[in-house]
Amino acid sequence: MVEEENIRVVRCGGSELNFRRAVFSADSKYIFCVSGDFVKVYSTVTEECVHILHGHRNLVTGIQLNPNNHLQLYSCSLDGTIKLWDYIDGILIKTFIVGCKLHALFTLAQAEDSVFVIVNKEKPDIFQLVSVKLPKSSSQEVEAKELSFVLDYINQSPKCIAFGNEGVYVAAVREFYLSVYFFKKKTTSRFTLSSSRNKKHAKNNFTCVACHPTEDCIASGHMDGKIRLWNFYDDKKYTYTCLHWHHDMVMDLAFSVTGTSLLSGGRESVLVEWRDATEKNKEFLPRLGATIEHISVSPAGDLFCTSHSDNKIIIIHRNLEASAVIQGLVKDRSIFTGLMIDPRTKALVLNGKPGHLQFYSLQSDKQLYNLDIIQQEYINDYGLIQIELTKAAFGCFGNWLATVEQRQEKETELELQMKLWMYNKKTQGFILNTKINMPHEDCITALCFCNAEKSEQPTLVTASKDGYFKVWILTDDSDIYKKAVGWTCDFVGSYHKYQATNCCFSEDGSLLAVSFEEIVTIWDSVTWELKCTFCQRAGKIRHLCFGRLTCSKYLLGATENGILCCWNLLSCALEWNAKLNVRVMEPDPNSENIAAISQSSVGSDLFVFKPSEPRPLYIQKGISREKVQWGVFVPRDVPESFTSEAYQWLNRSQFYFLTKSQSLLTFSTKSPEEKLTPTSKQLLAEESLPTTPFYFILGKHRQQQDEKLNETLENELVQLPLTENIPAISELLHTPAHVLPSAAFLCSMFVNSLLLSKETKSAKEIPEDVDMEEEKESEDSDEENDFTEKVQDTSNTGLGEDIIHQLSKSEEKELRKFRKIDYSWIAAL
Amino acid sequence: MAGYKPVAIQTYPILGEKITQDTLYWNNYKTPVQIKEFGAVSKVDFSPQPPYNYAVTASSRIHIYGRYSQEPIKTFSRFKDTAYCATFRQDGRLLVAGSEDGGVQLFDISGRAPLRQFEGHTKAVHTVDFTADKYHVVSGADDYTVKLWDIPNSKEILTFKEHSDYVRCGCASKLNPDLFITGSYDHTVKMFDARTSESVLSVEHGQPVESVLLFPSGGLLVSAGRYVKVWDMLKGGQLLVSLKNHHKTVTCLCLSSSGQRLLSGSLDRKVKVYSTTSYKVVHSFDYAASILSLALAHEDETIVVGMTNGILSVKHRKSEAKKESLPRRRRPAYRTFIKGKNYMKQRDDILINRPAKKHLELYDRDLKHFRISKALDRVLDPTCTIKTPEITVSIIKELNRRGVLANALAGRDEKEISHVLNFLIRNLSQPRFAPVLINAAEIIIDIYLPVIGQSPVVDKKFLLLQGLVEKEIDYQRELLETLGMMDMLFATMRRKEGTSVLEHTSDGFPENKKIES
Repeated sequence: MVEEENIRVVRCGGSELNFRRAVFSADSKYIFCVSGDFVKVYSTVTEECVHILHGHRNLVTGIQLNPNNHLQLYSCSLDGTIKLWDYIDGILIKTFIVGCKLHALFTLAQAEDSVFVIVNKEKPDIFQLVSVKLPKSSSQEVEAKELSFVLDYINQSPKCIAFGNEGVYVAAVREFYLSVYFFKKKTTSRFTLSSSRNKKHAKNNFTCVACHPTEDCIASGHMDGKIRLWNFYDDKKYTYTCLHWHHDMVMDLAFSVTGTSLLSGGRESVLVEWRDATEKNKEFLPRLGATIEHISVSPAGDLFCTSHSDNKIIIIHRNLEASAVIQGLVKDRSIFTGLMIDPRTKALVLNGKPGHLQFYSLQSDKQLYNLDIIQQEYINDYGLIQIELTKAAFGCFGNWLATVEQRQEKETELELQMKLWMYNKKTQGFILNTKINMPHEDCITALCFCNAEKSEQPTLVTASKDGYFKVWILTDDSDIYKKAVGWTCDFVGSYHKYQATNCCFSEDGSLLAVSFEEIVTIWDSVTWELKCTFCQRAGKIRHLCFGRLTCSKYLLGATENGILCCWNLLSCALEWNAKLNVRVMEPDPNSENIAAISQSSVGSDLFVFKPSEPRPLYIQKGISREKVQWGVFVPRDVPESFTSEAYQWLNRSQFYFLTKSQSLLTFSTKSPEEKLTPTSKQLLAEESLPTTPFYFILGKHRQQQDEKLNETLENELVQLPLTENIPAISELLHTPAHVLPSAAFLCSMFVNSLLLSKETKSAKEIPEDVDMEEEKESEDSDEENDFTEKVQDTSNTGLGEDIIHQLSKSEEKELRKFRKIDYSWIAAL
Repeated sequence: MAGYKPVAIQTYPILGEKITQDTLYWNNYKTPVQIKEFGAVSKVDFSPQPPYNYAVTASSRIHIYGRYSQEPIKTFSRFKDTAYCATFRQDGRLLVAGSEDGGVQLFDISGRAPLRQFEGHTKAVHTVDFTADKYHVVSGADDYTVKLWDIPNSKEILTFKEHSDYVRCGCASKLNPDLFITGSYDHTVKMFDARTSESVLSVEHGQPVESVLLFPSGGLLVSAGRYVKVWDMLKGGQLLVSLKNHHKTVTCLCLSSSGQRLLSGSLDRKVKVYSTTSYKVVHSFDYAASILSLALAHEDETIVVGMTNGILSVKHRKSEAKKESLPRRRRPAYRTFIKGKNYMKQRDDILINRPAKKHLELYDRDLKHFRISKALDRVLDPTCTIKTPEITVSIIKELNRRGVLANALAGRDEKEISHVLNFLIRNLSQPRFAPVLINAAEIIIDIYLPVIGQSPVVDKKFLLLQGLVEKEIDYQRELLETLGMMDMLFATMRRKEGTSVLEHTSDGFPENKKIES
């Protein structure tokens, strides 16, 4: 039974990964990136999210490794705190309260007890780089108010600040000048680009800066695509050389660890490696998919990573080979297709990378895969009119996918293409079946499949601005050489040449509703005869949908003038109407409910209602301040059981919606922490065991244990220690082999420790695993088992003592420590 | 990350016949050789033995033609009246023929006078055949009888009088020396066994039977009258399928050498090729006159068709050895390709596969490296523009999508610009290319307007283009007028009011082409 709480609007997944530079751990095993209010820890090998560090109350703006302890991580946030984390275990160690908004964080190995942050103190657009002294104190929360000013009037972005030559100076760029502050001399030098006032070179303002790790060399990126390398000898004397390959703005620069090569990236989505700082020696990694926002280098020097504008992090080997991709929900483009649910994977489907559909798992907050729809080389250039994927629809239980792409350069030049994809069970993916050029003379406004359960022939309807709607059916195209199916046009319908704006099939597929501007027409789907028309003279129809289940006799239409109409199909009359400026209208596939989101000047409101009665079931005002663009009902795997009438609409499905700023929101009664815990805990356990031959023995054993663990959690029974917590096993696995006693000696202890203790209810499962005896003997073996347990109890202690006599003193200590280990934390789970 | 995606070349549906392996196979014949005979060619038969000569029965003569000879290499003309059904024996050394006067004559290929004459039929003998043991001859005549003759002593062995109308076709089993089949105008096909004195099987065809054919295995029987029907002999003569693809009487049947295809010739002047697995028509030939006889040479090397107007059409297969004559570049030896492929993985080895290299067309390689003008030059090459104009159009479209079409078209000299204009003139009026090419034409005019009048060649091309566009606009106007008229007619014919359901009228392409030149 779920506790009845208030329904809240919750941000779910799809957080940005590319807000700041990602940071590698010292051993390059993990990569950290800021993601909203959290810091995410990913494995660089498996691309899995290992931990989510939550604790900040506002956007996290910077992360850096602790230079003094590479197993710790500093993070700063807009909430005015700097937090220190143990990222291996995902534990918050300390919080330093600074008190003002922090915009970026830098650490320096030379400045041991202080970090550098960007703050804005007086005016909103003036930023300062200050150093914060972190007091040494044992308490969890420490006030750190000791700020010392370093540089004034700098850029807000951390890309414009760089520390160089082992912390001798800090370089900052803004607009047309580069300022360098020397810590020892405490002086600031300014270098201005000589041609900055020259109007011809107006585009050479600085965009980013990077410092050579060991030499007095600063690289700066510019708007016009040039990279300048500054070598300075003292305050006044300097020279610079120019590297030019990018034709658009340089987005980020990074030196390799040794400083021999410089990495740069920009809108071309090509990573360029400049060797020896010369224009001739350069290597490329092209076609990275989207604009490179950030580049970072691992401290060990073996990996690079690039963050991209399509919410993606690519981990790249030293030899410029991409090795892993961490992909979040792609959000940098406008969503034309709306939100859809793939009936097979239950994944959320929407526009992804240019020309792709992305399949995004809501449960794991992870992109499952990208389907390349347009299949053409993407030219990343400013001002180009791209082919846009405008419509998509799933049909026949996920067996078919229809997509529409268009490109309109001028009013009269429209390129339109419809593609139909068939799901292939062998390859587990969609395969292009039919391509239709110019299915209509004008833009396609709506697309829907007939999803009736007993329809013998897949049917698709497209409505277009050219005043026609077309019915496409799947026909047999096979001959003696091959078996094939293809789609052909079956019927073309129109109504007084009005633009067709929406189309919708009834639940059983017997009726088709097509709206022509203000008029709704109902067609028989067998004979394609016009049955009747509805018109309310209340503006163009914006949304159209049939009621479902018991309400299938109703047809709902929302108009542009803010009227929601419900027609009864049996009496062919208006049942009711309401004044509601509907922006999104979505029927729930599992119930009669329909969700409508209305738009007002203050914000968006949600109404859930049944078509049979005009009174809404549930109203939530002010779900979002922005315009809500799309919404979708996602069927739940496990139905919830809200008893309160107002929440019953959430029992079978969950409602997700997307606002104009592309944040994906949903309704929930649980707190976000509660939702996240199960997955993160699982990952923790999995990480702790290496995949050795032992793992395969233990892994199976542990799975059983886990099941037990869950049971015990529910029933609050006796707790079992996890395998890795059994001292004998952990000792065997973690002690170096040359100090261990002989294997024959350890064997019995090891095997005994694997046996379950007597109290567990499921002792039966062991004999089943060990020997597959007949059932008759099972009772006997039970008793036997009991017997062995007793023996084990005694022998275990005896053996233990034996070992202690023979083992070294340190190990003796260790063993004792293990005995004292408190398992009470399991109860807290 | 992902590799370069090649330019999508727009494919257009090929109107008319689909290209299949069958159409390729059956179209791979040279233009037919026409030979004029004295009368309607009632039978063509190939000798089963090399050099695969064929006997043509027309009027009162039998001509033997060699494979490539246009003149008969031998003629049998000792017939008083029309000869019928000259058929070779399995060894190709004897020939038997029936005649209008009821006689059956046996010839030696090397001789001239008949070796044997079988007298016994009272009316015209339209069908004769050798049995599988080579020593007997079966004949069917218009006196409703079927007779079996012994060759050595030229005697009649058996007579079957079961048919009730003319017996016009027949054939002997190739496996069993005692079995043979005849078809008659009494609508039946009967199978006779020489060991018994009556028919062992009879099937009702439904129409007068003009031709019968037994499959080499003897399991299937094909009979042709108005329709072609296939019978399963092993199920006791059950109808397997009825082929109603001809719209006149089918006069002759023939199997391809592989046994996979069945050919039928008909009075509707068509030869149809069926697949013997699905019995669907896979190909069809057209001829000038009604077809009476049809034969295929060994390995389908030659198709010979005889027609009612006395024309014999002979088609030879194109020889495939021709391509070999070109001097071939020396390719790497086979062993270079398999180098390392047969290496067995050892225990500690880690196998690393080299990623397969994707083949890119030359224009794609240029586009990959952003050499736009070069890519355009490549596809404006005459071989490409004439053979595959859709590739040229697709590249122009791609350049336009990349926003560099004007750059690629600019800076061309007289020769190069005339290449482009030639292509435009040739293809501008094609509906499938028009949207892309009109745009390109506009860009060219914009670019080269300042230099117009400097080159008479280019000016001429521009004038030609202008004329073409004007003509096309007139044509479109006429089409629209016609469409208007048709709309009016449809409107008067329609009974229902209120809805305008338009069933797929092809409305040309109502695009207004405006090119100012």
